[in-house]
Amino acid sequence: MTTLAETVSDSVVITKRNLIKVKRVPDLIVFATLSPIMFVVLFRYIFGGAINLPPGISYAEFLLPGIFAQTVVFGSTVTGASIAEDLQKGLIDRFRSLPMSRSAVLIGRTVADLGLNVISITVMALTGLAVGWRINSSIGEAIGGFLVLLVFAFAISWLMALVGLLVRTPEVVNNASFIVIFPLTFASNAFVPLESFPAPLRAFAEWNPVSTVVQAARELFGNVPAGVPVPDVWSLQNPALYTVLWTVAILVVFVPLAVRAYLRTASR
Amino acid sequence: MTDAVVVEGLVKRFGENTALGGVDLTVSEGTVLGLLGPNGAGKTTVVRILSTLLQPDAGRAEVVGLDVGTQADQVRAMIGLTGQYAAVDEYLTGHENLEMVGRLYRLGKREAKARAGQLLERFDLADAAHRPAKTYSGGMRRRLDIAASLIARPRVLFLDEPTTGLDPRSRLGMWEFIADLVSDGTTILLTTQYLEEADRLADRMVVIDRGKVIARGTADELKAQVGGERLELTVGTVEQLVVVTDALRPLAHGELHADRQTRRLSVPVTGGTDTLAEALRRLAGTSAQVLDIGLRRPDLDDVFLTLTGRSAEDADTTTDAEDSATVSAGAQS
Ligand SMILES: Nc1ncnc2c1ncn2[C@@H]1O[C@H](COP(=O)(O)OP(=O)(O)OP(=O)(O)O)[C@@H](O)[C@H]1O
Ligand SMILES: [Mg+2]
Repeated sequence: MTTLAETVSDSVVITKRNLIKVKRVPDLIVFATLSPIMFVVLFRYIFGGAINLPPGISYAEFLLPGIFAQTVVFGSTVTGASIAEDLQKGLIDRFRSLPMSRSAVLIGRTVADLGLNVISITVMALTGLAVGWRINSSIGEAIGGFLVLLVFAFAISWLMALVGLLVRTPEVVNNASFIVIFPLTFASNAFVPLESFPAPLRAFAEWNPVSTVVQAARELFGNVPAGVPVPDVWSLQNPALYTVLWTVAILVVFVPLAVRAYLRTASR
Repeated sequence: MTDAVVVEGLVKRFGENTALGGVDLTVSEGTVLGLLGPNGAGKTTVVRILSTLLQPDAGRAEVVGLDVGTQADQVRAMIGLTGQYAAVDEYLTGHENLEMVGRLYRLGKREAKARAGQLLERFDLADAAHRPAKTYSGGMRRRLDIAASLIARPRVLFLDEPTTGLDPRSRLGMWEFIADLVSDGTTILLTTQYLEEADRLADRMVVIDRGKVIARGTADELKAQVGGERLELTVGTVEQLVVVTDALRPLAHGELHADRQTRRLSVPVTGGTDTLAEALRRLAGTSAQVLDIGLRRPDLDDVFLTLTGRSAEDADTTTDAEDSATVSAGAQS
């Protein structure tokens, strides 16, 4: 069995390897930064005028936590495609024949993707500040807001790692995650207040963890619009707690499942 | 001599398809075993089980006395694997690839770097060491992949078709390198499609077909199974073929075979070069114009064709199989 120190050192080696790829394939970094900038600017100026918020509330402040959440959740889907690619290229076989820690390949992958999300969120925050977003809370709360977003995305990365190991074709992983993640992020309070949703969709959105991530981030950044009542459901009344519960649950279920799938997988 | 690899009654099924139907083999410490067989025979499956990537459905597989199923971690520390398809990270440079694998074998940072440098040098990759592997040719990737499996000086090395895709010069280099490893005491299990390679590198061979062992032994033992030496000659005309057939009939140990199409005569003989000298004397007494003559011992291609009814290089197309057998027969005489 490997010790904790060995697991850490193996994970560091794999994380570095994954980040070298980011450095060598500029497209990755371009997508990780440009598309969030585009999202912020497009949503701010295209929907900003059309979406009905009570007077006195800036759409930029309402919008940014939603964009953050959508972008980092999409960012985590990269994990699945990258694992599938490693599997196809035979690298997972190589790693599995080495006396390394059993979980290091997946830890190194999810941590590297977390790194990409940190870059995206930094770029988005700076862009947001340029178009009128403001943090109206303490530094501690603001850091908490970023952490909620990043840790939730990290958990989604583990789920995607399992998907990548089972689906095994990068393109299919991408399409499949798009089909799941896209509705999940739009059927939420990320871009518009929930009042406008039809009833069944609204119930779904109220319990959708993406909504609570967004709500928690809005609270922690001080971006909750004063004139819009928060729906009276437990999830949205306790968004941070509800999100943490989801995050822990996803990790508890999917870390062991993904490691198990990794140990049993074979490239061909 | 102790056995570094022991496989007993190994069975592996993929759904309905039985890839291995009870394979037994051993590799003595410090020797090379050549695992031969046509496409789909199960060679890669054996290698994947021995390198802990696949779990067998039945049977025993041990490497240096460790069970590949229950003691997989210890096994991994002892082995190096070069799979059938190169597994290198395209985005890393050659040096980074080797250093990464070295670190994951738990070599120290300094040692991993030093070993990476040595191996890149040894495999003619020093010039390309700091270029991403994406820019490497197929043969360069292959060499990098083999270097990666050697980084921690494994006691047992599994090479699945290590020279497929290498040019003749790189292949010779690889053979020399493998011979060096063996003289340093490494045990090697090697699969190959090139019978010349097995003949040259392997101490013993196991031939499998459809998941079962169909022959085993040294190259000489396998060749002996197929038959003894033959005297072969080609003459100018069909009339001369009749003349030489009569002249050489007394030397034959078995049935002569005359091919009118190629004007070629094949005589099963014993006695080696003495017989050849005697044959030349007898031929001198005829007016036949002999275009070429030689003693030919069966090579592994003959073994392969006889045992499996197929050629090693292409099990599916019989024309190819015949071509390759003829070519190598020509090269031998
Ligand atoms: N992952 C898999 N899933 C299903 N069938 C498989 C799998 N791997 C191998 N097989 C089957 O098992 C049999 C043996 O395959 P294997 O790859 O071991 O052959 P091989 O001797 O290495 O052939 P080749 O010379 O073509 O490399 C084949 O019939 C193959 O189709
Ligand atoms: Mg094979």
